Amino acid sequence: MHIPDGYLSPSTCAVTYALALPFWYVATRRLKRELNTKLVPLVSVVSAFCFVIMMFNLPLPGGTTGHAVGVGIAAILLGPWAAIVAISLALLIQALFFGDGGLTAFGANSLNMAIIGSFTAYGIYLVLAGRSPVTSLRRVIAAGLAGYIAINVSALAAAIEFGVQPMLFHDASGAPLYAPYPLSIAVPAMLGGHLTIAGLAEMLLTAGIVAYIQRSNPQLLERHAMAGGGAGMSARGLALILGILMVASPLGLLAAGTAWGEWSAQDFADPSARAAIAGASLNAAPPTAVPQGLQHLSTVWTAPFPDYAPAFLKNEALGYMLSAFMGVGLIILAYLALSALIGLARPRDGQHA
Amino acid sequence: MARRLAYALQAEDIAAEPGYLQRADPRFKTAAMLVLIITVAWAHQLASVWSFVLLGALLAVASRVPLRRMALQAVLPVLAFTGLIAAPALFLVPGPALVTLPLAGWAVTEPGLHSALLLVGRAEASAGLALLLVLTTPWPQVIRALGALGVPAPITAMLTMTQRYIFSFLQSAADMQEAHHSRIMAPMTGAARRGMIASAAGVLFTRSLDMGQNVHEAMIARGYRGQSLSLDTWRSRPADWLLLGFAVALLAAVIGFHL
Repeated sequence: MHIPDGYLSPSTCAVTYALALPFWYVATRRLKRELNTKLVPLVSVVSAFCFVIMMFNLPLPGGTTGHAVGVGIAAILLGPWAAIVAISLALLIQALFFGDGGLTAFGANSLNMAIIGSFTAYGIYLVLAGRSPVTSLRRVIAAGLAGYIAINVSALAAAIEFGVQPMLFHDASGAPLYAPYPLSIAVPAMLGGHLTIAGLAEMLLTAGIVAYIQRSNPQLLERHAMAGGGAGMSARGLALILGILMVASPLGLLAAGTAWGEWSAQDFADPSARAAIAGASLNAAPPTAVPQGLQHLSTVWTAPFPDYAPAFLKNEALGYMLSAFMGVGLIILAYLALSALIGLARPRDGQHA
Repeated sequence: MARRLAYALQAEDIAAEPGYLQRADPRFKTAAMLVLIITVAWAHQLASVWSFVLLGALLAVASRVPLRRMALQAVLPVLAFTGLIAAPALFLVPGPALVTLPLAGWAVTEPGLHSALLLVGRAEASAGLALLLVLTTPWPQVIRALGALGVPAPITAMLTMTQRYIFSFLQSAADMQEAHHSRIMAPMTGAARRGMIASAAGVLFTRSLDMGQNVHEAMIARGYRGQSLSLDTWRSRPADWLLLGFAVALLAAVIGFHL
């Protein structure tokens, strides 16, 4: 999944660097605060470990072999912030000294594997492992699934970066200037290999290492190996960020037009919408009549606030904000209801299930 | 793993040769190569992109880097990997057909050929230039040059130590594998090999934590308090400024004239 140079445009590379920079900055600051003088030596050797893990050729069922990235095990054992730094350093050394992955694409590779992969693996592991005992099988399964899902999410991110290149960067004749395959080819091509070979390798190695550490040094699983807390953030901080995002939601109105594939049945009869559909589909004209299946299924459900625009509000921006508040409120209510249900279903102390 | 170790050792020999790039100041050389790689990414014309491949070859000759080494480590692997990825584009990118394959009936389109050649050319040029930097500059100097170009000191310190310990762990991994193989009497099943590899990785992780702790204590005992200092005594020459100026001029030309 290491993206070489030449596959992504300079502007795509610049955007990925810009997205990765704040994570690198925050990760380094957090680690420096928690580790102090241990930062350089400890992160260096762990980064070297991540590099070597990427070189392990793992035999897979079926006779093939695959390489793991190590993002799952790094996030589980080190915490996501340390994993971001360690894997980014390993990727930089691979790109600089071994030609594995490009230098202009280093931002994209770090974003996909070190950042997105680490947070995905860590989150999935926390959710699936729950409060199970450190030496339980559930932890091993959680680790394997965390690694599997994380590597595939990273692959999806890379596929999206590839897939938007022909749409955004092409010459006057329409010939792609960078990665030549649209999303319809890039996504299945990337995910096909990662859902099978690479994902399997990541899953088996992550689960295997956790199982080994459960036997040899289970204390490493009780806390992050490199820091005391890891990715904790206060509830107030989270609420503040959520509030800011909800208030900023009208920024979404800046994106003009309809997203590809989100057309309504009415759009097929509207001349300007038909022109937009054709323009977004490599000039392939949409059918003159609404497809029957689309027409039928589009009437199954009518949303109370279609397009995030409550009918009683004339102001689009206010409608967006209200929709954001209502959406978040509904999610919190659903979570509370689920928690209450799970609490009722769990046996209390002294009671049988 | 053994191949990578061998390549790393050979790179030190090439970096010691009295070639054009070897004599350049590492800071200017690193900056110039990065600018050239960015220029390759920006170029839109086939002739421009492939001229950078030629530029890489010329720099290799001037720097006494064996072209066979460039071919084995960059040109052929990139051609195989990127060529395989780019090949379907010959037929999938829509446009006027250039030639139709007789048996399969697939049409190679002109935009498809253009895209494939652009992708392969960029990958070749970028890989060649990056390889030249690493072959003509000792790795620690590349890292210190990054520091001189603005990469924060803790990051370059970590890069230097990581680069050093990669070889230590590669050797450990190779030793573990050899020790294991010398103790088995029959081929292992797939499941047994996976278990062995996972255990080896677990051992390596535990060792890395222990090593990190020991290295930290050794550094503290020698006066380390979190600062990262460099003892570089590089002095630039007019030829270094010429190299960097040439790279920047190429970038300006590619952007300005849409080459």
